[in-house]
Amino acid sequence: MTKCARVIVASPDVVEGVAVVTDEALSFWGGVDPATGCVIDEHHPLRGECLAGRVLLLPRGRGSCSASGVLLECIHQGTAPAAIITRSVDPVLGLGAILADEVYSQRMPLLVITPEEWQTIETGDSVTILPSGEVTRNPGG
Amino acid sequence: MKRPEHLPVGSSAAPHVTLAEEEQSMLEGEHGDAVQVAMRILTRVAPLYGANSLLPVTRAHIDGCIYEGDAGLAFAERLAAAGGRVRVPTSLNVISLDRQHWRELELEAGYASKAARLGQAYLTMGATPSFTCAPYQTAARPAFGEQIAWSESNAVAFANSVIGARTNRYGDYLDAACALAGRVPAAGLHLDGPRLATVHIRLQGIPPALMTDDTFYPVLGYLLGKLVEDEVLVVDGLDADPSEDQLKSLAAATSGSVAMFHIVGVTPEATTLDQALGGVAAERRIDVSLADLQRVRRELSTGEAGDAVGVVAFGSPHCSLAECRQIATLTAGRRAKPGVEVFLTTSRAVKELLRRGGDLAPLEAFGAKVTADTCIVVSPLVKSAGKVLMTNSAKYAHYGPGIVNHRAVFASTASCIDSAIAGRVILDNTAWR
Repeated sequence: MTKCARVIVASPDVVEGVAVVTDEALSFWGGVDPATGCVIDEHHPLRGECLAGRVLLLPRGRGSCSASGVLLECIHQGTAPAAIITRSVDPVLGLGAILADEVYSQRMPLLVITPEEWQTIETGDSVTILPSGEVTRNPGG
Repeated sequence: MKRPEHLPVGSSAAPHVTLAEEEQSMLEGEHGDAVQVAMRILTRVAPLYGANSLLPVTRAHIDGCIYEGDAGLAFAERLAAAGGRVRVPTSLNVISLDRQHWRELELEAGYASKAARLGQAYLTMGATPSFTCAPYQTAARPAFGEQIAWSESNAVAFANSVIGARTNRYGDYLDAACALAGRVPAAGLHLDGPRLATVHIRLQGIPPALMTDDTFYPVLGYLLGKLVEDEVLVVDGLDADPSEDQLKSLAAATSGSVAMFHIVGVTPEATTLDQALGGVAAERRIDVSLADLQRVRRELSTGEAGDAVGVVAFGSPHCSLAECRQIATLTAGRRAKPGVEVFLTTSRAVKELLRRGGDLAPLEAFGAKVTADTCIVVSPLVKSAGKVLMTNSAKYAHYGPGIVNHRAVFASTASCIDSAIAGRVILDNTAWR
């Protein structure tokens, strides 16, 4: 079932970053270290990668209810991705981004796009996200 | 240079949530600042669950009391300072320290102080000091059909599946918001339709003896968590009468992918396969064989027989009284090898029962540290590194290596104890042949 493309949190500024794409859901709790923004999940294909400042594309978050808290810490500490784009609505990841916005006025874009659109972005592409939520992809060299 | 590809704009207008009069007044601040913030968060998050209204709950369980950083701590303290008080009986999840014994467990004082402050903020807001990831084992246990606001993935799966209470998986701080407002999004597993299974799992050719073995359940749960993502599943072909502790280990091992499962003939909304499916065919049917389970069992371990053991851990989720007593029976008169850390993590309620029953001293004589309020993945209890974490919990085996610096080995309770004594991984694969 395809979901409608959606903006969960938008930034008032243009956000740019290099895409890092994974097909495997990632749990921020136990999977990402808020001190560094790096993936610490031993079982995940992105293990060891640092997400800070990059545009993370993943199908959705995974498991743990604490993912929202960890994402909040990452955003607050400046180690979060520049933006997160998923291909289905994830209420726990969405909550993390909404908390950062509501509690600290820190707005990391969190968008949901269709699986078809999602497939067109590759690791290494330069991605731009406008305040409107429009996503532009510049293929990586 | 390639032309940039523009992707369609997402909808920036969030679906509207219709509020009852009292809910509207909460949102407008007439019940105080804390409730207002709670309602702002709840109304923005409710559409992510597909809800356009809220419904009341009678219990809450807050997971967001594990210290992850200062942002969350500051938020919780702000809510408490603003006079926030929970509207419903609210249990608390594990915290980052054993509040009574953290000094003996050598936690750094600054960290311990922040972890304690976070728990205290929720206590100030009126939550119960349960400090357990297994609230269904305490007085906080809900009833069949009860609408609750629970978080902590294993507790959500257990409450929905084994008890038949109703909750979605609520993330940290939304759980607190639901407790302060006494409301949840009216969607998902709170409603009848979404509780029906869409995935049918058929167990095929599993030896009956294996289905009564404790290790079967975490392995099956781990496999189920890999097969589905947020779909409701029904398992059929389980010819056994699992205990609650076995079902608990299955729920926990799904590692957060599964918020609700049915087991035909076992769980309360699956008297028959047809009831669990709601009278329609499943969208997907998956056959699970012994080979599938054996493969997943191997994936749980990154260490091997003969490796040096650094720590043996029981209690993810928190050990029940029965599980503690089983360990006490198996360790009676024996001694863990000096240098091997042994943790038995449980709730303060169970620990007190152990103490009164005379079971605590023998466990400690074995060399086990029986901790309350916390566990090895939320608190830096484990001091050793570079060896093996041995456990009977799929959840510890999965999350452990990313948190403590050890490879994991998943094994039976008895093998874990034998390995603690030998200081090396000893495995018994008999049940799995």
